[in-house]
Amino acid sequence: MRDKPILDPEFSSIWTLWKNGQIDLTTPLRSAGHQDPKSVREVEKYRPRRSREAYSQYVRRSTKLYKIAATCLCLIFITVMLLTVANLPPYGDPNAPTVNEVSERYLEEGTDETGAVNTVAGMILDYRAFDTLGESFVLFTSVCAVAILMNLSGKRQHIKHTKELINYADDMIVRGVCRFLIPVILIFGIYILLNGHLSPGGGFSGGAVLGAGLIIYAMVWGEEQASRIFPAKTVRLVVFCSLVFYCLAKSYSFYTGANHLPSAIPMGIPGHILSGGLIMPLNVAVGFVVCFTMYSFYMFFRRGRL
Amino acid sequence: MTQIFGNLLSNYEDVVAVLLFSIGFCVLLFSRNLIKKVVGLDIMDTGVFLLLASRGYIAGRHVPIIVDGITTAEYYINPIPAGLVLTGIVVSVSVSALMLSLTVRIYRTYHTLDVDALYMMMAVNKGGKP
Repeated sequence: MRDKPILDPEFSSIWTLWKNGQIDLTTPLRSAGHQDPKSVREVEKYRPRRSREAYSQYVRRSTKLYKIAATCLCLIFITVMLLTVANLPPYGDPNAPTVNEVSERYLEEGTDETGAVNTVAGMILDYRAFDTLGESFVLFTSVCAVAILMNLSGKRQHIKHTKELINYADDMIVRGVCRFLIPVILIFGIYILLNGHLSPGGGFSGGAVLGAGLIIYAMVWGEEQASRIFPAKTVRLVVFCSLVFYCLAKSYSFYTGANHLPSAIPMGIPGHILSGGLIMPLNVAVGFVVCFTMYSFYMFFRRGRL
Repeated sequence: MTQIFGNLLSNYEDVVAVLLFSIGFCVLLFSRNLIKKVVGLDIMDTGVFLLLASRGYIAGRHVPIIVDGITTAEYYINPIPAGLVLTGIVVSVSVSALMLSLTVRIYRTYHTLDVDALYMMMAVNKGGKP
């Protein structure tokens, strides 16, 4: 893909001109000295097949047809979904088929088997740990894709960005509030991360809160300052180490669990902060991945690089 | 017919989820701006999450955090939809970020976000074939 526009900056209006009949796209090619029959055949492709009036009528008609078809599709979709909802078991029904032996097992044996008081954390980081590993890799893959698409480092640095209209760090109120607010946000995020197996929360929500704190910092004190504190190398290293730690820790626990070997990881007493076996370290790993993913999204969209 | 309406009234959370999904779907189909299409897809995602979360609720039961030592399953709501919603949110965030970065690239190349104008330009570039 090219970064510079394919044609002139005025290109966006070219199709308006073409529709109104003020421009013939074949003229520049003909005048450039393409006279032999082969290149005339090449040029012929650029000549619109229909007349302009017929073409704009065709566009108008197909737009109308599209709107009618889309409305019908929406109405059919809504009707089918509402009929489905009408046939679902009532809201809050204890005898619904979704309340089956799987959730019963998680609730009754979960605390003994995983050591986590929070059944949801025990479920997603112990029984379904592969699922969570996949989620972390989905985030990692999407950061890679965004980095490929938005990368402005190295050769592509010549592309200028729109300049910052307001410098937030010069504003006394914004600076003062953020100086107070960012540590509170970060501490709250760390609390959610570390307490994920005891209370609502965990890696994903705690990581999102931490990422929000970092994004506010980058917003107020500028992207250059933020990337001085969290250089691209650090971000990459932390995400990589978190993912590798997750893989290794879960491999160990799956290996010992599947072969009925004694696990070296102490379970602890359920309800204490140091309990739940691997759940708290895994929460921290997932939290780091989520936090730096959100931060990298912001930096790539804003600056083009970390 | 009356039974259907009664069921819809008792399943009001699911009806709201369906309406959210439909709003997102209409935005996706009818708006010509690419960024609005991404927003529409996000609204659709929200509808799905609301449906999943409301399916997990059981009237009169408690949050699945075992603090009092009660381990009977009849005391707590269903924890599985919560985990599924978590997966969904993560995938939704990743997909939105990917689509927005593609939108930025499209804008840098074509200087427009209007889908119709984009199609016309591609047709002009390719040689009159819309």
